[in-house]
Amino acid sequence: MSIPHPNRDTSALFAGPLAWTEDLTVRFGGRTVLDRVNIAVQPGEVVTLIGPNGAGKTTLVRAVLGLTAPSGGRVLRRPNLRVGYMPQRLSVDQTLPLTVRRFLALWRPVTADQVAAALEEAGVKRLADSAVQTISGGEMQRVLLARALLGEPDLLVLDEPDQAVDVHGQAELFNRIAQVRQRRGCGVLLVSHDLHTVMARTDRVICLNAHVCCSGRPEDVSRHPEYHALFGGHARDLAVYVHHHDHAHAEDGKVVHDHDGDCCHG
Amino acid sequence: MDEFVIRALLAGGGIALLAGPLGSFVVWRRMAYFGDTLSHSALLGVTLGFLLGVNPMIGVMVVCVSLALALVALQRRRHLAADTLLGILSHGSLSLGLVALAFLETLRVDLMAYLFGDILSVTDGDLMAIYGGGAVALTGLALLWRRLLAVTVDEDLARVEGMPVDALRLAFMLLIALVIAIAMKIVGILLITSLLIIPAAAARRFARTPEGMAALASVLGILAVIAGILASLNWDLPGGPSVVVAAAALFLLGSLVPLRR
Repeated sequence: MSIPHPNRDTSALFAGPLAWTEDLTVRFGGRTVLDRVNIAVQPGEVVTLIGPNGAGKTTLVRAVLGLTAPSGGRVLRRPNLRVGYMPQRLSVDQTLPLTVRRFLALWRPVTADQVAAALEEAGVKRLADSAVQTISGGEMQRVLLARALLGEPDLLVLDEPDQAVDVHGQAELFNRIAQVRQRRGCGVLLVSHDLHTVMARTDRVICLNAHVCCSGRPEDVSRHPEYHALFGGHARDLAVYVHHHDHAHAEDGKVVHDHDGDCCHG
Repeated sequence: MDEFVIRALLAGGGIALLAGPLGSFVVWRRMAYFGDTLSHSALLGVTLGFLLGVNPMIGVMVVCVSLALALVALQRRRHLAADTLLGILSHGSLSLGLVALAFLETLRVDLMAYLFGDILSVTDGDLMAIYGGGAVALTGLALLWRRLLAVTVDEDLARVEGMPVDALRLAFMLLIALVIAIAMKIVGILLITSLLIIPAAAARRFARTPEGMAALASVLGILAVIAGILASLNWDLPGGPSVVVAAAALFLLGSLVPLRR
């Protein structure tokens, strides 16, 4: 049930999406980076944006966040929507002495207990007193998750969190985000290069290449001709790869099966 | 102790107290050259003040803020790198100030005092300007502290959190302009930036928090002022440069201290 040009989906409007775009167009110089894009994120829904490099994924996310002004169309949000943004990376200048705890308290007035709870939920409690410049890329992603959680977000927006994080780290991070979604019922809009790392935890995939090529459930999108046209031979591998989330990783990285163990891993 | 020495110490100490936290921000935001550019334009502001018959400090504020806004506008075009633009504005406005002064033949201005400061000739009026303006600047900085730190760490994040990023940047530029206006008399427009960045840079190694760095920078700045003024009196050295030399010496000493981490 892939819809080549989705949207105009008025039922979604009545159900009340958290944020949506109407014919969003963004041009940089003479180049059209986004061409009449219509997307919506519903409460509690995980929406993943995929597409090749230069497809406008980051621009779309920035427009939804209000960081890039539309050249045409509109970006709309539910009134008083609280957005938790996790940027791709964040590096704090070496000249600024700043602990993780202090970093988390910069964005809004928060109590020490709230900071501790957010660090716990993101799984990085032990980093509270580390200098932000000394932690790894993966740890910084978790700290950024904790930062976003402190704002009690209705919508969590993540831009390609996998770049700074190793494979084991990204699976862990996505699990955390899935838990956060379950617990808090917030919507998630995430950008990914790589469909199969997010497949099992995504409700809807939007395949972007300046315009919306196709969208739908992950397994439908992976069979869609436009998706194949975009990702070429690589897509075929993905299409047969259905990632049942059948195991977890222990702290040391070992695979811990949570079923009978007759699965095979590619 | 002579009265003029006490006034010099009070003036220099007040400036150093203010320069600690503000200079820390200049270091964190990598705006040392920006501060230099603004202070170089101050001479033009002095000339403007004389021309219009208003207090030179007002002239300096007006020129500094105009220059800061011009810089923001120029940076939007992105044809030239920021340091090139700063270089053009810095030297252009300093030279324009010198040329404009030369045109005002009737005006007798102690150019050296504006360029390098004249800390031993501080008047009660100067002291009032320093402590009045300094109180305003410190209060403003305290009120904006958390949000300015957030903007310094990441502008996009601050924007998504609904902070008025552009207004905060402008407020910070205003604070720098205010410091330049009141510190000009003490260390001179060519050396103001050093009083902002050297104590803050010296404090960095010993600080674990932003506030710790700002406070330590103030203390080191005050020490440099005291040492510089005493040296200036004892050996008949120029006041402003002596203070800056003392600050640089403190920085060097600080970087030699071994730290256990």
